[in-house]
Amino acid sequence: MQCDECKQKPATVHLTEMYNGQKSEMHLCPSCAAKKGALMFDPNQFNIPNLLGGFLGGNQALQGAGLANPTTQATCQNCGVRFMDIRNTGKLGCPNCYQAFEDELESALKRIHGNSQHTGKIPLRSGEKTRIKRQVEDLKEQLQSAILAEDYEKAAEIRDALKEIEKKLD
Amino acid sequence: MGIDSLLYSTHVGWMDSSAGPETDVAISSRVRLARNLDAVPFPHLLNEQTGKKVIDLVKQACSQSEYEPLRSLQGVTFDQLSELDRQILMEKHLISPQHAHFNDSYRGLLVNEDGSRSIMINEEDHLRIQGLLPGFDLEKCNDAVQMLDDELEKVLTYAFDGYRGYLTACPTNVGTGMRASVMLHLPGMAMTAQTNRIFHNIGQLGMTVRGLYGEGTEILGNFYQLSNQVTLGLSEEEICHNLTLVTRQIIEQERRVRDSLQKGMAYQLQDRIGRAYGLLSHAGIISSNEALTLLSDLRLGVDLGLITHIQATAINELIVAIRPAHLQKRAGQEMDAFQRDIKRAEVIKDILFRK
Repeated sequence: MQCDECKQKPATVHLTEMYNGQKSEMHLCPSCAAKKGALMFDPNQFNIPNLLGGFLGGNQALQGAGLANPTTQATCQNCGVRFMDIRNTGKLGCPNCYQAFEDELESALKRIHGNSQHTGKIPLRSGEKTRIKRQVEDLKEQLQSAILAEDYEKAAEIRDALKEIEKKLD
Repeated sequence: MGIDSLLYSTHVGWMDSSAGPETDVAISSRVRLARNLDAVPFPHLLNEQTGKKVIDLVKQACSQSEYEPLRSLQGVTFDQLSELDRQILMEKHLISPQHAHFNDSYRGLLVNEDGSRSIMINEEDHLRIQGLLPGFDLEKCNDAVQMLDDELEKVLTYAFDGYRGYLTACPTNVGTGMRASVMLHLPGMAMTAQTNRIFHNIGQLGMTVRGLYGEGTEILGNFYQLSNQVTLGLSEEEICHNLTLVTRQIIEQERRVRDSLQKGMAYQLQDRIGRAYGLLSHAGIISSNEALTLLSDLRLGVDLGLITHIQATAINELIVAIRPAHLQKRAGQEMDAFQRDIKRAEVIKDILFRK
């Protein structure tokens, strides 16, 4: 792949930007990237953890302006990792970190994926509760549209089904 | 047994061009799932002791499974393998470049006979379940890994959250934990300078393009690895489906370009392919980059029917057999770059003209 700027040297710096779910990419050679100011530091430091750190709010410019997030001191009770560590390494410490840093991760996940909620597979054995919850959500949506369509007969049916399923959750 | 043959042979399942669809453009397809065990720290925080527990749990889940494809996986830990052997597995796409760096007893690989199913243990996540097949066959890869996943989950309790999905060490994998990819050979589009434009737009679809060995590797020999980037908010089927749609379009475009090249520039094309063939069959010293470029031309000749006595499978095999670790394994000794260039020229002739 050639550099988008000089169209000569091979592109080794790949920038992906996500804004309002819209993604744009730029492929640059190190010298053009440096010129563009895309790298505020040495190209050798330009790696995934640093990029992720940016996603997680680890923006040096922000910190310099005194806008550093006070939650950086927060710690995961299960593994002892601090949010600051996650910013530096780009990796969470353990599965529980997702709970411990839920708020901090929410916006980062939206920026990375354009979404923050899982809609895919649910484990067969241990995912029973999640499966029911998802059914409940689906039924609630159906109920809403039945009411909007003034189809009260159908709405009543869905409401009964909802009650039945919600019993299973308790 | 399985591991030994994977280390000594240059051939693995995904290279078999006769066994997959659309192999004139698509080399191989792969799907991998990232999975972690509930409440256990991610691998980068594990010590020998806890790491060992993870590997034991996974091995046990496999050996006690009633599902034959899971039970028959052969295991190896990285303290049992030399660095060269780990490089060999990496060059065959069975472990990642990152994983190959480690020699810990709590990191390892479970893999079947032909390398089509494998599980990396304690890479970035506790488990990375992989399906790797020849040609363009994401659906089959996905079916294979989902079956392994379901069987493992009967015994292992995964880190899963109803809202975030499968929890992974890196937030770029959370949700489905799924990375699907297709290795494409696009000499026609590269010759006509169309690849940049297309790959530019692919980013907007939540996908990305990389070189032969994934993240951070350059594109060589017109081999491009196309994969999804978004893992959260889409279902596994949607991820595969989206990648399939885009891949199909690229494959069709590549075929159109090849067709028009063959019509409009037949002499130039024949000349180029003939030169590649000549150099590959007579060179005495050849670098890896030069070899890949020429192999790409030769492969195009085979796919267009201009060269009939060489099999596409042999060229797939060569993409791997000319890598540094494979050359040294074959020679049975460590070699510097110059020695490798000599050995490479020899291996190319061996494999191309193997009876």
